[in-house]
Amino acid sequence: MADLLSNEELLLRLEIEDFLYMEADLLDEHRYEEWLDLFTEDTRYHAPMKRNVSSKEMDREMTREKIEMSWFDEGKDTLVKRVAQIRTGVHWAEEPLSRVTHFVSNVRLLDSGTGEVGAGEIRVKSRFLVHRNRLEDEDNTWIGNRIDTLRRVDGAWKICRREIYLDQNVLLSKNLTNFF
Amino acid sequence: MVQLTSEMKRLVDSESGTVSREIFWNQDIYDQEMEQVFNRSWLFVGHESQIPEPGDFVLSRMGEEAVIVSRSRDGKVHVFLNSCRHRGNRVCRYDHGNSFTHVCSFHGWTYDATGALVALPYHENGYDLMDKSQWGLLQARVAVFQGSIWATWDKTAPDFHEYLGGADFYLATGLMHTDGSDNGAEVLGGIVKWRLGCNWKVPCPDTDTTHGWITHRSTALALGVGATGNPVRPRQDRSVSVGQVRSRYTVSFPEGHTMGVTIPEAGDPGWEESGTWDERPAVREYLREKFELRKKRLGLMAHLSVGPAIFPNEGWLGRVVRIMHPQGPAMTEIWTYFFVDKDAPQEGKTELANYYELYYGPGGVTQQDDMENWYALPIASKGPVAQKLDLNYQMRLSEPPLHGPTEFDMPGLFAHNYSDENHRRYYQRWAEVMQAKDWGEMAPTRSAATRDDWMTNRNGR
Repeated sequence: MADLLSNEELLLRLEIEDFLYMEADLLDEHRYEEWLDLFTEDTRYHAPMKRNVSSKEMDREMTREKIEMSWFDEGKDTLVKRVAQIRTGVHWAEEPLSRVTHFVSNVRLLDSGTGEVGAGEIRVKSRFLVHRNRLEDEDNTWIGNRIDTLRRVDGAWKICRREIYLDQNVLLSKNLTNFF
Repeated sequence: MVQLTSEMKRLVDSESGTVSREIFWNQDIYDQEMEQVFNRSWLFVGHESQIPEPGDFVLSRMGEEAVIVSRSRDGKVHVFLNSCRHRGNRVCRYDHGNSFTHVCSFHGWTYDATGALVALPYHENGYDLMDKSQWGLLQARVAVFQGSIWATWDKTAPDFHEYLGGADFYLATGLMHTDGSDNGAEVLGGIVKWRLGCNWKVPCPDTDTTHGWITHRSTALALGVGATGNPVRPRQDRSVSVGQVRSRYTVSFPEGHTMGVTIPEAGDPGWEESGTWDERPAVREYLREKFELRKKRLGLMAHLSVGPAIFPNEGWLGRVVRIMHPQGPAMTEIWTYFFVDKDAPQEGKTELANYYELYYGPGGVTQQDDMENWYALPIASKGPVAQKLDLNYQMRLSEPPLHGPTEFDMPGLFAHNYSDENHRRYYQRWAEVMQAKDWGEMAPTRSAATRDDWMTNRNGR
């Protein structure tokens, strides 16, 4: 049994939930430039792959950051380039733009400035269900969880690290054109 | 060139440069492909670095079949079908691991790291008439080339070297260590796998030189780089004929292998000079050091940087190997292997992994757009009217390719960089293999020279 949350913690969680829902709105409304502003300059955006391994070797399940291959391993600079690519109007994989909906749930604070992350930073875990519908009948769903590290910068929350854990082994979509 | 039957020529006519859309759609043709092409060809299944220790195994595919690539106690590499001989269940359910036994989860038939049946419940009393040695997992023939592992089910196929037909020279340059020594590469952990709803041949041969300017226009506009991260340069003058320009050619072999080749010249810049590495200093420094060694070892040929697409379903992009595994007439599973030098410093490997992730794979800024186009082909081609319209592969049909050994002391047939010659030769070979009853009917038309022969000739110039 977890300890009861204090009012302060509950309020913080509501604030963080609201931040994550607002972020989802920016993405689903194709407001990518505003979305980029939510990330710190030193941000890491990492999505490892998952392998089928023995249940006794679960430490080998996920590909290791910087050592093995990932679905994504981005910094702010490349996220900016990806948005610029979408805006060219000739990025065929997103031309016309896909219809995308981000569901975010199971939001839980893992650490609020007292543990392994630094003061003023918090870690938050959430689940995502991202749906992409494209052109006439292309339809994809991606489900998984995220662990974000948020930092308070000039009174606003910014994402300084996002870990994306997609529940797939062989990717069941033809590409990954949207952000998680 | 093998004479095609009229029915096959209706599907692939390399003299007039057309291919029927049916071959990307028709279930009967697909079923025939599985027998004629995939059950008889040498197929890429992995790399030795994935299974360095005895007992190491990794799952792979040969066409639609799942196979186990395993290293036995004596260090030998084995490839066998991941299908229990008892009731046909999947024997191994892990992508990789280390085990000297593979136990079927249905009734417990147990196979060792060579694929042999070694234990089964009730054997003493229940199988007294059965010869266990006949009931091991189905073995494929295996060839290891510069660390890469290839397999075929066909006992009558020529050996792998002969199958390459001279392309071994190019394949070696793609797989060797940057410093030019043999067997120094490794596959980064994490084979990138994804499903694409189109026929496996749509991306083949994986050496298309004329799509980049439009398919990858957004990469050039937004990132200021080409499809592989290289700085955008003025395009080669496309008005000149083959033979009038040095630099770059599309190169093909009668065996169906295709690639792009830039003829090395003294004074070519080192690999580190490619602007691709300007923002990746660890790679740049590493290349600067290793390329000097490469030049000492390989001479002029050090500059050769080729990724040969080996018939039928293997392709290259830089040091990335991409395999198109068929999963039905309109479904492909793409597996991508990313290579680095085994002994490179971790910082350089990390920069390379990061580079690969940005451009290649389903999330890559380049590959996303390839997938979009390949995915749309079956959709736009499925109607009965569209199905009757042949596809066009006529670019530079009137220009016979140059004979590489005569013109450049290099193997293969050299055509203009902007040409459909690679596609014509690939589909011609596909048609030959589809109609041939046996290997005698599709024998290569000339003897294969070894990589060392070409290396000596070229450097001895």
